Amino acid sequence: MSHVVHSTTTTNTARTERSATASKAYAAFLGIGLVLLIVAPMFFYPIFLMKLLCFALFACAFNLLLGYTGLLSFGHATFFGGAAYFTAHVTKEWGVTPEIGILIGVAGAAALGLVMGFFAIRRQGIYFAMITLALSQMFFFFCLQASFTHGEDGIQSVPRGHLFGLIDLADTTSMYYFVLAVFLIGMIVIWRFINSPFGMILKSIRENEQRAISLGYSVARYKLGAFVMSAALAGMAGGTKALVFQFATLTDVGWQMSGEVILMTLLGGIGTLIGPIFGAGLVVTLQNYLATSQFPVTIITGLVFMVCVLLFRRGIIGEFYASRLGRKLGFEHRR
Amino acid sequence: MTMIFGIPLQAFMGQLLIGLINGSFYALLSLGLAVIFGLLRVINFAHGAQYMLGAFVAMLMLQYFGINYWFALILAPIVVGLFGAVIERLLLSRLYKLDHLYGLLFTFGLALTIEGTFRYLYGSSGQPYAPPPALTGATNLGFMFLPNYRGWVVVVSLIACIGTWLLIEKTKLGAYLRAATENPTLVQAFGVNVPMLLTLTYALGAGLAAFAGVLAAPVYQVSPLMGSNIIIVVFAVVVVGGMGSIMGAIVTGYMLGIAEGLTKVFYPEASNIVIFVIMAIVLLIRPAGLFGRDA
Repeated sequence: MSHVVHSTTTTNTARTERSATASKAYAAFLGIGLVLLIVAPMFFYPIFLMKLLCFALFACAFNLLLGYTGLLSFGHATFFGGAAYFTAHVTKEWGVTPEIGILIGVAGAAALGLVMGFFAIRRQGIYFAMITLALSQMFFFFCLQASFTHGEDGIQSVPRGHLFGLIDLADTTSMYYFVLAVFLIGMIVIWRFINSPFGMILKSIRENEQRAISLGYSVARYKLGAFVMSAALAGMAGGTKALVFQFATLTDVGWQMSGEVILMTLLGGIGTLIGPIFGAGLVVTLQNYLATSQFPVTIITGLVFMVCVLLFRRGIIGEFYASRLGRKLGFEHRR
Repeated sequence: MTMIFGIPLQAFMGQLLIGLINGSFYALLSLGLAVIFGLLRVINFAHGAQYMLGAFVAMLMLQYFGINYWFALILAPIVVGLFGAVIERLLLSRLYKLDHLYGLLFTFGLALTIEGTFRYLYGSSGQPYAPPPALTGATNLGFMFLPNYRGWVVVVSLIACIGTWLLIEKTKLGAYLRAATENPTLVQAFGVNVPMLLTLTYALGAGLAAFAGVLAAPVYQVSPLMGSNIIIVVFAVVVVGGMGSIMGAIVTGYMLGIAEGLTKVFYPEASNIVIFVIMAIVLLIRPAGLFGRDA
């Protein structure tokens, strides 16, 4: 791994200065963002905010794979929805506390990720996408027929329970700060992960897989590691979502959900740390806005997809980084 | 009553026929996907939507213009093929120089938009489309009753598959097409209009999907969701077959259709997922697919 780390540390001084400005700008944005998230429930409907945070974490987890490893998974609904089922089941039927419920959801999603990843990494590119889609559809049919998911009804009226057995999460404000904490933990894990030596190797695989192989890295193992990590974090988002809405249904495991998370990431900026958060925010807001009208969301989603791919491939944050202001602040963007 | 593996022969043959019918659609659709992918290097996610469009165009032609099944079988693929050509020329062609994944994402968006529009206009429930009078009724084959229309579907889709294979393997146009798959730059240097060839190929693929859609309309109901239901299975078929060979796509399509039908006889609970299970097994044993050349 020394090769990769070496190449990132030998940046010239101008670049170091610029990235110093960038990290200052990042810190400033981070501070503002945190304050906004803490005061947000005073201004917005908390359930909406919690939904947004769950999807933001889901999209960031997905981006770990697409943006930092270059693998397009079309099956991430399996981990999101699967974890939602697991968490809902264990909190409702076994009566475990919410944090344990989410942990079990995460473990389940990671296990599913291990299985799906094991098959999918045997092929690359477009085949990878098709395999993940097919396996995820298989999981969908499993959920449709398995008894613990209750088929079309889903798992209803899941209790939110008491956090650590103490704090009652039925209270919306407590629940919001719990979800915010989960979101922040997830984001810190992602940030640590992509800046670790492991993450550096993933980026090198994304940039040039053949070279990574020739340098002696077991590419398949790294890909599988990234896949499981991404699945586990997606599961963290899914499990939390099941507690917020107090149900888990087939919607969360369907292929449309896998498509949605791709759109969030694409819209926000593939391969940027915070882009998917903005993408998720936009998509969730749009869905909320259209939910009351008769107009089907899929038409808009599809159109946004096409526009993004044709004209707007960097996404919102990617465009910002590449803009004059973004470059002045010292951000870099590769695409 | 005659029994086969402890199953009444009637039920066995009935499921085998359903498997063969499904297999016909898998073959037609995976064939189109393989043709498009071979030249354009785009996985056409909108293939299911184009299949659905074919069925809808046939139904709407009947409702508004009284155009019968036989004309619809020719006209609907042309209409959808033209639509495909326009999309390719105006939008899809801008993505060839990018990562192939963008083509997949673009056509995914296209599929969502088409499907959403038809759901908005016609609702999610299916609408019936009657088979043509000449093909109603059933024939007694001695061991089972074969509904005439279903027999027709099997025969005509086999003809369409073989026809497409001949077009690509045996004609001059097909030779250009294969040459452009191998090396587009060189073929263009020889004075062949490659961009036009790309448009034609996409239109051909979309037309084939629409043809399958018209054939399917009397078997299943005409519903906006019919495309997305089948396309994921077809993707699995394509992974099993590998997209390197046209014949491979056809053979795999029929094989998996029959496998699915037989599963319905012996273990109905697994019939939804058997193709995905086969895909997983093939990935373990032969990751490039049964007929695949590229890894």
